[in-house]
Amino acid sequence: MRMTKTLVVASLVAVASSAVWAQKSAAVQSIEEYRAMLQDGNPADLFEAKGEGLWAQKRGPKNASLEQCDLGKGPGVFKGAFVELPRYFADTGRVQDLESRLLTCMETLQGLNAAEIAKTPFGKGEQNNMTALATWIAAESKGMKFNLPQAHVKEKTFYEVGKRLFFQRGGPHDFSCASCHGENDKRIRLQDLPNLTKNPGDGVGVAAWPAYRVSNGQMWGMQQRLNDCYRQQRFPYPGFGSDATIALGVYLAVNSQGSASVAPAIKR
Amino acid sequence: MADPMRIRAQAAGDKATVRVLMAHEMEGGQRKDASGKIVPAWYIQEVTATHNGKPVLTAEWGPAVSKNPFLQFVVKGAKAGDKVGVSWKDNRGDTRTDEATVS
Repeated sequence: MRMTKTLVVASLVAVASSAVWAQKSAAVQSIEEYRAMLQDGNPADLFEAKGEGLWAQKRGPKNASLEQCDLGKGPGVFKGAFVELPRYFADTGRVQDLESRLLTCMETLQGLNAAEIAKTPFGKGEQNNMTALATWIAAESKGMKFNLPQAHVKEKTFYEVGKRLFFQRGGPHDFSCASCHGENDKRIRLQDLPNLTKNPGDGVGVAAWPAYRVSNGQMWGMQQRLNDCYRQQRFPYPGFGSDATIALGVYLAVNSQGSASVAPAIKR
Repeated sequence: MADPMRIRAQAAGDKATVRVLMAHEMEGGQRKDASGKIVPAWYIQEVTATHNGKPVLTAEWGPAVSKNPFLQFVVKGAKAGDKVGVSWKDNRGDTRTDEATVS
């Protein structure tokens, strides 16, 4: 099975390297064929199933489930919650994205230590459960359109802050998010880089995460996606669920307003 | 205890297509961890599939199969309502068996 995948990639590389401008559409088409082949049997399904189980499972010092967690549409409502996040929550007085909101619920409902979980590296311990939960909740909004509330003053502020962060250059490479995601039709190797300063369309950009990465066999939520963008920019890592990452999340999701989410997606 | 598999089996004509997604690390035994120590090999060695309890597929797998592997095969003569079972055994002796109904 892996052999086939390798062959496909090898032939794609051959196509891409010989591609002149006129052949670009053929290269893009082949990339899309490769992606279509991956679609069947997205291992994100496994994380989804795990997340669904975790939602109802009694855990933590309080031996409680997350079934009373309010993701913005009332306690226990998870359908359609993902496409309305990040949003302002009156009980915490913060704008929160899916993962930081889950963290709040894990602390208040289950008695788990939120600060400890936030410090845990991605892919370890409780962070694995976080990713699985985020995957499942995102999947419950599959096909729905982004419809973030922007009525509260904090939600508007977060959008503006996110916009500034997106264009803020810095680090040893003097990079900003906009360096890669500020123009149309950019690509790194086989990866199309969506222009995230405007609506990139259905299932592109923010509408494709959480996603499973075939190359490293990892499931990534939006927090890890942003964290890795900062790594590539050689910025210091932002804190898990920090206001900076949430502000960027608001900026990206509001720009995608009206586009359908395909999460959990599958990536090369 | 290993995580469950996801099995989908769909009948079309006189056969059914079975798609299986297994949750497994499939560690090849060549990688080193952050401290330089080899990560021990840990992968599925045997896969078997049954149709209404009767074996229809056996496979020997090795370390070259990807993490969270996906397996697809066709069972002749399987129709809606039939049971398809899949089980695997890894090199640590851990096993997992799951069953699905053909739709």
